[in-house]
Amino acid sequence: MDETSQAPYVEHHTPPQGFIRNYVFSVDHKIIGKQYYGLALVAVLIGMVLSWLMRIHLVWPNSPVPGLKWLAHTSAPNGVITPEYYLSLMTMHGTLMVFFVLTNAPFAAFGNYFLPIQIGAEDMAFPRFNMMSFWITFLAFCFLIAAFFVGDGPPISGWTAYAPLSAVGAVAGPGQGTGQTLWGLSIATFCIASLLGSLNFISTTLDLRARGMTLMRMPLSTWAWFITACIALLAFAVLLPACGLLILDRLAGTSFFIPANLVVSDQIQPHSGGSPLLWQHLFWFFGHPEVYIAILPAMGIVSHILINAMRRPMLSHKVLIYSMMSLGFLSYMVWGHHMFVSGMNPLSSLMFSFPTLVITIPSTILTLIWIGSLYGCKLRITSASLFALGFVSLFVSGGVSGFFLAQPSIDVLLHATYFVVGHFHLVMGVAAIFGVFAGTYFWFPKMFGRMMNEKLGKLHFWLTFAGAYLIFMPFHYLGMAGNVRRYSAFVDDYLLPLMPVHRFITIAALATGAAQLIFLYNLIHSRFRGKPAAQNPWEATSLEWTVPSPPPWDNFGGKIPVVYHDPYQYGIEGATDDYVMQNDPKNIPTVPEEGLR
Amino acid sequence: MAKIFAITLIIIAIASAVPIILHTWYPPPDISTHGALIDEQMADTMIEAGVSFLAAQIILAVFIWWFSTSKPGQKIKNFPGGARGLVAAAIVLVGLEVLALGVFGQKAWANIYFTPPGANAMPIQVQAGQFAFYFRYPGPDGKFGPIHPELINEATQNIFGLDQDHDQDSKDDIVTAQMAVPVNREIHLLMHAKDVGHSFYVRELRIQQDFVPGLDLSLHFTATKPGKYEIVCTQLCGLGHYNMKAYLLVMSQEDFDNWMKQQAAAQ
Repeated sequence: MDETSQAPYVEHHTPPQGFIRNYVFSVDHKIIGKQYYGLALVAVLIGMVLSWLMRIHLVWPNSPVPGLKWLAHTSAPNGVITPEYYLSLMTMHGTLMVFFVLTNAPFAAFGNYFLPIQIGAEDMAFPRFNMMSFWITFLAFCFLIAAFFVGDGPPISGWTAYAPLSAVGAVAGPGQGTGQTLWGLSIATFCIASLLGSLNFISTTLDLRARGMTLMRMPLSTWAWFITACIALLAFAVLLPACGLLILDRLAGTSFFIPANLVVSDQIQPHSGGSPLLWQHLFWFFGHPEVYIAILPAMGIVSHILINAMRRPMLSHKVLIYSMMSLGFLSYMVWGHHMFVSGMNPLSSLMFSFPTLVITIPSTILTLIWIGSLYGCKLRITSASLFALGFVSLFVSGGVSGFFLAQPSIDVLLHATYFVVGHFHLVMGVAAIFGVFAGTYFWFPKMFGRMMNEKLGKLHFWLTFAGAYLIFMPFHYLGMAGNVRRYSAFVDDYLLPLMPVHRFITIAALATGAAQLIFLYNLIHSRFRGKPAAQNPWEATSLEWTVPSPPPWDNFGGKIPVVYHDPYQYGIEGATDDYVMQNDPKNIPTVPEEGLR
Repeated sequence: MAKIFAITLIIIAIASAVPIILHTWYPPPDISTHGALIDEQMADTMIEAGVSFLAAQIILAVFIWWFSTSKPGQKIKNFPGGARGLVAAAIVLVGLEVLALGVFGQKAWANIYFTPPGANAMPIQVQAGQFAFYFRYPGPDGKFGPIHPELINEATQNIFGLDQDHDQDSKDDIVTAQMAVPVNREIHLLMHAKDVGHSFYVRELRIQQDFVPGLDLSLHFTATKPGKYEIVCTQLCGLGHYNMKAYLLVMSQEDFDNWMKQQAAAQ
């Protein structure tokens, strides 16, 4: 599409009327984005408390946790966490964090709010679908939380829900009855919402770009959300039927994942013909792309913010985009690296190992471009840019451990140990959360019309950055020493000498978690008492900074912008400031995209 | 602020590397014939990953230090060689690394999985169930009797579901809760799960293999050092997962023969 082609079709809707239409069942992408953010915030707080409970149980197994006996009187009698409740906490922590935080916050929340504005659209392509996808996600959240309050408690089979433990029902242990069914229902529901959401993202990006907004003129954050939506569309489309089959196995007596002649609790199971490996293949076919669903939006957000802080475009816009695309593409070929020791054909392990190692190449390109672009820049240090730089550091630290796990022969030693836990927490958990923090400090002024407190933001950064390393680096050491994950207690003689490391981690986790209260306070306080934000407080170039803070309900006040420039015209000599906005009609000599400069 | 950040990064990078260089926490010594290749692979990977990690963190720190203090009129500079140089470096360097690890490194894997057990390998069957491992030796006849899942009953201690009244081959089978093996003798381990997924992990043997319900899997190994080693479950199997373990007892042939006699007498 060039600048002279016809204006795209735009969904016009009238200003919303009344509280319910404005704030609850809103079709406005900005409200929906905030709703996703709020849901992710609730989920991350619950998930963090669960991780505290786990850490406390691991090092002080017999101490009662104040208040817990009222919340879980059967699973945690007198507030002391039982082995099965530990597994419940772990399952719920993983599920909440992966689905309701890492998928919702960087992708659904920020994507919803900023993708349409960054491409110059009034709203998403399908606003009602958009509203539906949030409320279906909310329903999925309710199903999951309900598992805390049913019969014998939440499921214990982990966020990966490996069959047959997850498929045979209550006979397999506490939590495997209604709790596990609710888990399946929750995830299936979540898949439906994500499918609607990603369809919406894709069609919006392809159809609703303003005049002059060519694909290559889209900001990197929009590119990342777009690529993520393409990944999510394929990934959730596989997890949805997988969860459907799991529920059928549990409720309708089918045997998709359960083979014949299983004897669980001395009872022979009335199933035959299923395959536990089928679940693993279906789950990880979703599960590995899911890692990229979490991390790609963070990469986009971080690139967007870093460019603004460096006052220069990245060394190459296109190379970043193509690298993100190749990550998305490769993410579909490597799911078997989660299954090296699963009993699948050992030849397939080699087949899965190679593309996994190849993923290192686009990841390294991204990292080198981020770091290389810092060279010769004029770096501005803000809370947002600190978190963005922290992301780069964490992405490297979490990424290099992937080298080990990508090789089946080393995976034999490290599989299912804390090494894996350290790896994925750094590279997809904490790194993606750093993307969300960076995005929050950067975009909060636009979303709420008020600035966040920079001093508190920086304090929050220091504590969180140091805390993340203090918690997750030792996980790698534990794993190398052979500390198995998903153990509710360390009773073996072998593991007992590692207890001091666990104590260290627990203390670091409690402190780092407590430091998040600073963020929470800053968020709430700034929402009501923050300094009023200007339209473009960071002197940025993309379209979200051409509209008032916060933007009106139709984003551009009825005047759809026309785009004249590449997204990141920073470091421009001859401009009044050092940057030129994307919709600036002035014919200023801008920095052309030279590809591989 | 930027300088503090740069220093923090360097401290983190070095502090993270120290325990690894000192081997403060490291895999226990290998006691298998195949493990040396795995350890070698691990050491090579550690060097490559370690160098990448330290280089990236330190360069990131240096650039943040340098370029956060630019003067107002200063022009933006490009990294020498620009994106082209960096992309080429990534493809060539990482590509070589990937090839080296990916292709040559498969030797260790092939050694374990693509060579069949020798004809003299001693068969031992292991059954994993919530939350214990049990082992079965074929006895003097060298044959395992068939398994009847409907006969499995923990209360009567019929762990494997054997019908010793009717199946000739089952009569001399020996079922144990620990796994004893003679030192320097190849073992052919036949694995099956009774109920849900489990895993067989012996750190010192450099072996980890899942049990998959419905599948009969096998692996083979030779233990080279007498001693007592933990066999632990690494696949989440339910509330007792943390406590699911057995011991691998590696002993001389003579001790093994005596152990076997004791076990046979106890059946």
